[in-house]
Amino acid sequence: MDQEEFHTVKARIYVTLKPGVLDPQGKAIQHALAALSFDGVDDVRQGKFFEVSLAETDRAAAEKRLDAMCRQLLANTVIENYAIELE
Amino acid sequence: MKSAVIVFPGSNCDRDVAVALQQVTGTAPEMVWHGGNELPKVDLIVLPGGFSYGDYLRSGAMASHSPVMREVVKRATGGTPTLGICNGFQVLTETGLLPGVLMRNAGLKFLCKDVWLRVENTDSLFTGRYRKGEIIRVPVAHGEGNYFADDATLKELEDNAQVAFRYVTRDGTVSDEGNPNGSRNNIAGIFNRRRNVLGMMPHPERLAEAALGGIDGRRLFESLVDAL
Repeated sequence: MDQEEFHTVKARIYVTLKPGVLDPQGKAIQHALAALSFDGVDDVRQGKFFEVSLAETDRAAAEKRLDAMCRQLLANTVIENYAIELE
Repeated sequence: MKSAVIVFPGSNCDRDVAVALQQVTGTAPEMVWHGGNELPKVDLIVLPGGFSYGDYLRSGAMASHSPVMREVVKRATGGTPTLGICNGFQVLTETGLLPGVLMRNAGLKFLCKDVWLRVENTDSLFTGRYRKGEIIRVPVAHGEGNYFADDATLKELEDNAQVAFRYVTRDGTVSDEGNPNGSRNNIAGIFNRRRNVLGMMPHPERLAEAALGGIDGRRLFESLVDAL
């Protein structure tokens, strides 16, 4: 392992539609699953997933920066929620 | 009247709106590439339709962070008249200059057709040449024009008469039948509170001369000439 990797934080970011926001794509996927005979699929919500590698040693600082990234670009907080997981 | 059209990678209605502006104002707009920080002093800023950045992430999201947009936001906030058409509307919501968001059409299909709009508010720089309640025909061409805002925001828009245009049936009825994309309250275009910023999904520049099959869009540009 080279020196660089010690300083990299890896994060998984999930962006999902807020409850109550209609998701026509999720609905279409749900119907397609039913058409494939997958029974009992009550609901499907589609979202986005990001893997971000960040040059940062301090985890708390990394989390703060990732949170700002979500608010400013990765999620539109009018309709979307986000969750950040650090590796 | 001097105007500027901001050109992003993937804009495709920049020249259409430039032609409409040239014909109505008699002056060709400045075409301003998104990558610079410089924006000439103009009376009107236009964010054109298209697919800036290939609609990556969310439509309008990447363009809203283009270098020139810092200046656009500053000018619009300072009162400079700013018009966003289609992708331009999406960019305006992403910058926060207009509330809400344009989501995937409820029917999931890209729509390219003429729609009927009811002019809801003629007390603005953009709509002075229309009559209140008038039904006009303007084309839409979008996959993500489904206007969404939460209940509180919708109420604020309605209470402050910020809805400029609503999708209707040909006889002017606000109904699901007249709503092509699932927009809440059939909203096709909104102003900011101060009414110097207008975002709309339909394309007035595409029906701005008789040779194009209609002139209902032309009066939007004529209104601006009157006002500016």
